[in-house]
Amino acid sequence: MKNIKDSLGKAVDGTGRRDFLKMMGVVGGGLVIGVPQAASASPYLYAGDDGFQLDGLLQINDVGEIIFYLPRAEMGQGISTGLATLIAEELKTPPSLITIRHCGVHEEYQNPLYGMQVTGGSTSMLTSFMPLRKSAAALRFVLLEAAATDLKMDVGSLHLKDGKIWLAEKAYSLSDFFTTARTVKFPKNAPLTPHTKFRFIGKDVPRVDSLAKVTGQATFGIDVGTTKNRRLPSVIDNSDQKIPDLKKAALVRCPVIGGKVKTYNSAEAEKVDGVNAIVPIFNGVAVVADHYWQAKKASAMLTVEWELPELAQHSSADIRKSFVAGFEQEGQEAFKEGDSAAALTSAAVSHSAQYHAPYLAHATMEPMNCTAWLQGDEADIWAPTQGPDVAQTIAAEQSGIDRDNIRVHSTYLGGGFGRRANQDYVAEAVAIAKKVGLPVQLLWSREDDMRNDFYRPAASVEFKAGLDQAGRLTAWEAKRVGPNIMGYTVDEAAGVILPEFLPAGMVEWISKRGHGVFKDWTVDHSGVEGLWEDYDCPNKEVRQVTVDPGLRLGFWRSVGHSFTGFFKESFMDELSYKAEIDPLQFRLDHCGNNPRLASVLKRVAKISRWEDRKNLAGRSLGIASVMSFNSFVAQVVEASVEAGQIKVHKVYCVVDCGRAVNPDIIRSQMEGGIIFGLSAAMSGEITLKDGAVEQSNFHDYNVLRMNQSPEIVVEITDSSEAPTGVGEPGVPPIAPAVANAIYAASGVRLRELPLKLPA
Amino acid sequence: MVQFVLNGQTVSADLPSDTPLLWAIREHFQMTGSKFGCGMGLCGACTMHVDGIASRTCILPIAAVEGKNITTIEGLGNEENLHPVQQAWLENNVPQCGYCQPGQIMSASALLAANSSPNDDDIDAAMSGNICRCGTYPRIKKAIKSAAVQMFDPNADQASSDENNLGEAAQ
Repeated sequence: MKNIKDSLGKAVDGTGRRDFLKMMGVVGGGLVIGVPQAASASPYLYAGDDGFQLDGLLQINDVGEIIFYLPRAEMGQGISTGLATLIAEELKTPPSLITIRHCGVHEEYQNPLYGMQVTGGSTSMLTSFMPLRKSAAALRFVLLEAAATDLKMDVGSLHLKDGKIWLAEKAYSLSDFFTTARTVKFPKNAPLTPHTKFRFIGKDVPRVDSLAKVTGQATFGIDVGTTKNRRLPSVIDNSDQKIPDLKKAALVRCPVIGGKVKTYNSAEAEKVDGVNAIVPIFNGVAVVADHYWQAKKASAMLTVEWELPELAQHSSADIRKSFVAGFEQEGQEAFKEGDSAAALTSAAVSHSAQYHAPYLAHATMEPMNCTAWLQGDEADIWAPTQGPDVAQTIAAEQSGIDRDNIRVHSTYLGGGFGRRANQDYVAEAVAIAKKVGLPVQLLWSREDDMRNDFYRPAASVEFKAGLDQAGRLTAWEAKRVGPNIMGYTVDEAAGVILPEFLPAGMVEWISKRGHGVFKDWTVDHSGVEGLWEDYDCPNKEVRQVTVDPGLRLGFWRSVGHSFTGFFKESFMDELSYKAEIDPLQFRLDHCGNNPRLASVLKRVAKISRWEDRKNLAGRSLGIASVMSFNSFVAQVVEASVEAGQIKVHKVYCVVDCGRAVNPDIIRSQMEGGIIFGLSAAMSGEITLKDGAVEQSNFHDYNVLRMNQSPEIVVEITDSSEAPTGVGEPGVPPIAPAVANAIYAASGVRLRELPLKLPA
Repeated sequence: MVQFVLNGQTVSADLPSDTPLLWAIREHFQMTGSKFGCGMGLCGACTMHVDGIASRTCILPIAAVEGKNITTIEGLGNEENLHPVQQAWLENNVPQCGYCQPGQIMSASALLAANSSPNDDDIDAAMSGNICRCGTYPRIKKAIKSAAVQMFDPNADQASSDENNLGEAAQ
């Protein structure tokens, strides 16, 4: 924990070295794989041709416009607006007057916490708040100094506002002073706007991407290659998409992920009009046609014989049994403090319970897709991706083209939720484009998407806890059984996170050790995070037992907290009843070292009228709180059980995410997190039969719809602490808050997701 | 050869008759505002108006729209002349990732064309075929109600400017 906090501090103020593995993967230290200081020395993909370039992020073009190269993926979380607001504040110019562009791949765009150009972990605002403002303040300083020199005025008589430099009532274009600006020495610490003078930070600045999104003009990955010109300057879209003779592809994969093509028959499919080519690639058979519908239709006529992977030996019922058997294993230590075993034997009251959570799919609204155009020893890749540098590396591996000659063009993401941190769809598109020698857009069907995800891991936990006479926790043990994400991530991202001077073969070898590292050497933090941090107890022990049937895994909005939040907050609720203490008070009694969690708990109790809950006719309240991604969230659910059905009427949510940069976007993210979490709580479940995912589309993988959507009330804690993430922290408390409300309503304790009342 | 009216203009397309309207509009007419989400009419991302009715076009063969009047998000309104539903979407900061929003807006505008003051049940009934994974439902509900006021309430201007306090600082 200490290491993580130290590196967090350094990353946030821009002084830390890159610590991907330490931050994301490791509890207890010990992993020594190096991280490169520079992934690429190539120039910026888009910026830098003309005008004045501060760095890869900020440019003034030759007509004086401020251009901000967005270093993170906009997947709905509002980061384009949020980061533009930081620039706006220091350049004293509204976000609406700043031109925002996607960026290419460059080390300057890396997430300092991960040493990769990745959008994830609710870290974008956290890691940008100071560095971006410092950059923009430096730009302001340089431009004003240059203007003062050129105009032979004292710099104090000039100011920058609304995209111009002002001398009294006279406005000058920012481009007027380029020549001199290039000679101004860059300040190390240009003064930042004091928070008392904030004009945009802390205000409900409208989203910069809304107009493009309500008029259908926002370019998602699936829209790449459209020949119609876009008209909106507000569209974040800087890639040249005129791709001659762009073909559309559909790919038939093995029903069990990882299977290989043994033989195939394409005779019927070849007869479909518009079909150009049918080619086998590493994981399936691709149909390439003039139009998507032709490719899709023809793909249904292929017959393929598969070589099945080991995963085909596993089905959900057996997997559950193997998890439960895992409780008997000792496992590895993830966290230990005091002596919980001794404390358990001397406890006045003890209690234990087992909890389960299933595999989940992300089900982004935009199915995976990628457009690839290979030309000789260069390539262009268009992808809705959370990790363009991994996409670049993977495209290089598939094409044999040098990584530095591959231009990755980002688009808007039609949802990410962690799914687009993996780049398998890029590998497929590049492999197909290479085989057919034409520019190709690969589009997945919904069925492809549901059955070829990097899934949220299934998990089981066994808790044992002891209480003293006063109802205070004296012992807390959690044993988590299940597979881990990090091995799958290391496999895919090794080419980016390992030093470039390592030979490719060694990178390959190390990447395949990913699973070994996290099984035998150290514990994957993402499997156990949230199981011990929030509440006081002198004796705690958390252990991990790795059981992995081999279904590939990825980061799913709120990652480990998506299940540990449910486990921990449900079990705390159970303990409060054992102790005969109000569930709110029981939590507060154990928040001595977590004042910010206590504070959001008290506020949510207040706005939900927790004290009066016995007087709510026909409805019951459940409470839960989780600290995740450095933010503190408490929720109260108002639910009822009607005709054997769970109904969630209303959700109260209080979030402390430090300084609120854009309160309305924070509210949106809490609303969205709650609804995303409710989908999982009420119906989300991916099951396997003989290794194949059984779900296929929205009829058998139900997600929340308008008629099931509760009223949501969000309150943001007023804070001057550094801003922290909001994309994920709204998710973890909702499932336990619902389960706890159901217990209050019916006396039935639901210990498994999705929540199902006994028949 | 199928002939129909697309956003006010008579057009024709020489495509196989089973081609879903969605793909004809996206690939043949190069209008990509309407999205592909499920291919089974389950998610609503592909929603267009067919003779004014909100329709799932990923499962609607082009042969079925001969002579019909098709409106897509591109034809509903544009940035110079937004439809009141699009305006309400902006004022309520509805879109997150935005992928489903053209479909949501087409369903909402069809609802309001038929019902000038929809209540919660009406909105649930008209909008539950449109999935949003970002969870913008509460804002969609609010936006539909404020659009209804804007479109049909003679005293709307005052009400709307009182409600819309978003982003004063940035304008």
